[in-house]
Amino acid sequence: MADTFPTDNNTVAPRRRDIGLKQRYAAERRFQLYGKLAIAFGLFFLALLLWTVVSKGYTAFLQTSINLDITFDETVIDPKNERNENPMKLLTANYPKLAEAALYQKLGIDPKDKAQTKAADALISKGARTQLRDMLVSNPDLMNKTQNVWVLASGEVDSAIKGQFDLSVDESRRKIKDNQLEMMDRLKADGSLEGRFNTGLFTNGGSSRPETAGVGVAIIGSAYMMLIVLLTSLPIGVAASIYLEEFAPKNKLTDIIEVNINNLAAVPSIVYGLLGLAVFINFAGMPRSASLVGGLVLSLMTLPTIIIATRAALKAVPPSIRAAALGIGASKNQMVFHHVLPLAAPGVLTGTIIGLAQALGETAPLLLIGMVAFVVDAPATPLDPATALPVQIFMWANEAERAFVERTSGAIIILLAFLAVMNITAIFLRRRFERRW
Amino acid sequence: MNDESKTPKVKMAGKGVEVFYGAKQAINGIDLEVYERQVTALIGPSGCGKSTYLRCLNRMNDTIDICKVKGLLTLDGEDIYDPNIDVVELRARVGMVFQKPNPFPKSIYENITYGPRIHGLAKSKADLDVIVEKSLRGAGLWEEVKDRLLEPGTGLSGGQQQRLCIARAIAVQPEVILMDEPCSALDPIATAIVEELIGELREQYTIVIVTHSMQQAARVSQRTAMFHLGDLVEVDDTETIFTNPSEKRTQDYITGRFG
Repeated sequence: MADTFPTDNNTVAPRRRDIGLKQRYAAERRFQLYGKLAIAFGLFFLALLLWTVVSKGYTAFLQTSINLDITFDETVIDPKNERNENPMKLLTANYPKLAEAALYQKLGIDPKDKAQTKAADALISKGARTQLRDMLVSNPDLMNKTQNVWVLASGEVDSAIKGQFDLSVDESRRKIKDNQLEMMDRLKADGSLEGRFNTGLFTNGGSSRPETAGVGVAIIGSAYMMLIVLLTSLPIGVAASIYLEEFAPKNKLTDIIEVNINNLAAVPSIVYGLLGLAVFINFAGMPRSASLVGGLVLSLMTLPTIIIATRAALKAVPPSIRAAALGIGASKNQMVFHHVLPLAAPGVLTGTIIGLAQALGETAPLLLIGMVAFVVDAPATPLDPATALPVQIFMWANEAERAFVERTSGAIIILLAFLAVMNITAIFLRRRFERRW
Repeated sequence: MNDESKTPKVKMAGKGVEVFYGAKQAINGIDLEVYERQVTALIGPSGCGKSTYLRCLNRMNDTIDICKVKGLLTLDGEDIYDPNIDVVELRARVGMVFQKPNPFPKSIYENITYGPRIHGLAKSKADLDVIVEKSLRGAGLWEEVKDRLLEPGTGLSGGQQQRLCIARAIAVQPEVILMDEPCSALDPIATAIVEELIGELREQYTIVIVTHSMQQAARVSQRTAMFHLGDLVEVDDTETIFTNPSEKRTQDYITGRFG
């Protein structure tokens, strides 16, 4: 080897050793390529998912409505003037007739022309009944007055406007007929038929008519359940983790508990549903379909997640901080609550929100405790029947009408928006907490 | 120390101290006395048990599950492992400074006041202010940080952080301060400042310091104990240990033949 280092320098550079640099850099480049491919793959499917959901679902936020001048005609609503003795009269009156009369007038249809009136009646949603009734009941002065109202168009009209029907097929095989299309065109021409922001989607409960179906009940049910999950599983989970991590003796029993908690996190959620059915409903006698039971079942499911995240966060607090606290005479309790827990708080918070987000999207256990229910009225308390957002999506996905397809996607968008808000809140809170410490 | 009247009082004493980590014995029966208002240095190669012994003196070993301590350890003649002795009170009397500076991730002010506050040593904010200034002055840090007491203690330099930890330890007015290689994470300048500080603290506190640096032991301590493989090789005045050790192992270690 000596001859490769010539004494006469500046003429021949010493021979470089081959230490495999080329292969090493190639390996690194290959690995980076794999990583980029994996990320691109993931992003592609995320984009595909979002695009499918949004492109199908954004129309759910617009609902076709018809502008009508409705006269609250006493001769139709209460011909015998008995509403003072019988308050039910106002609730049971023939409100659709008011809307139909207004529509005939607008379209210039002879009320005696049966074929035409039947076609026109089908343009208005059956939901007009409750809409007009609620107006009059909340404001009885409207009697015999004329009011400009946007009433919901029927689901078929909505679907036709949104292009969900193939209008080129033969008339007899369509839900919407040629004369109805012609009426729609006339209404559209003078601005009386248009898509308006669908507030009903957020406030209405279950309905077999797509145009009046909404996720209102589901949102309230989900909110109740999230509250219950937060109030039960966070304190229980954090207390359990602190005890196990900081105080419990390390022996066989705690080992078994630890293994079990880790296993519980992997138990299929439907099993929790069965457990909830057996314990909360059959044994404890709690009501079916109630958000209270749903919340408790989801709490059981979320507990392991919160415990595991909290224990990891507690473990990550440097031992030097514990030693410092003990070294100046803090008791173990003071060490935990003054120093360790505050430092672990961001991790606990993240774990909790991940657990909550998981619970928010959970469907299977709720099916078993009867939350897959057709609930029309908003639940006033967590003991009233309710559904949950994912369950509502599940139920709508089973409906046959085309109009429910967009509503399913619309509900998915709402659910995803809730999840995004929760995660952003988590990040925001985390940042704030970490700055303080 | 030939003059009988000058013989200092024994502050802490160990008799037949044995420490086990599980089945492994880390200290094999040691008798060691620590005199009041003196700096006692524990030296010896890594793994010799000097840190373990130090941590017995305020029962920090209690936090390690598998660690068992046998023998008698006393503070002012009281057995500190007696079931009637509260470990929290013991640690308020025997403070500790660790190898790596470990201020709480809180303000400088809160770092100092935490101990007095949990022990109820101050009745008012004014009392706390007095303690903070006194402790920081005692640790020679006051002039450097007096204008930024509310800034986080973790934002100080390494040497300043270690002095903050010393200030935090003296804020609870302990009788003994244990130091576990307090300068091993510091640069020479910060080390010199801390060593000077230890010399000043000796006037009020009894100090036990573990160090890897023979020069440091020689500079700061009055007595030195030489550990090796869990045994106490010898203990004597620092001057004697470094000039005329009676054991060959001590001689070999301080002259750098092993360790």
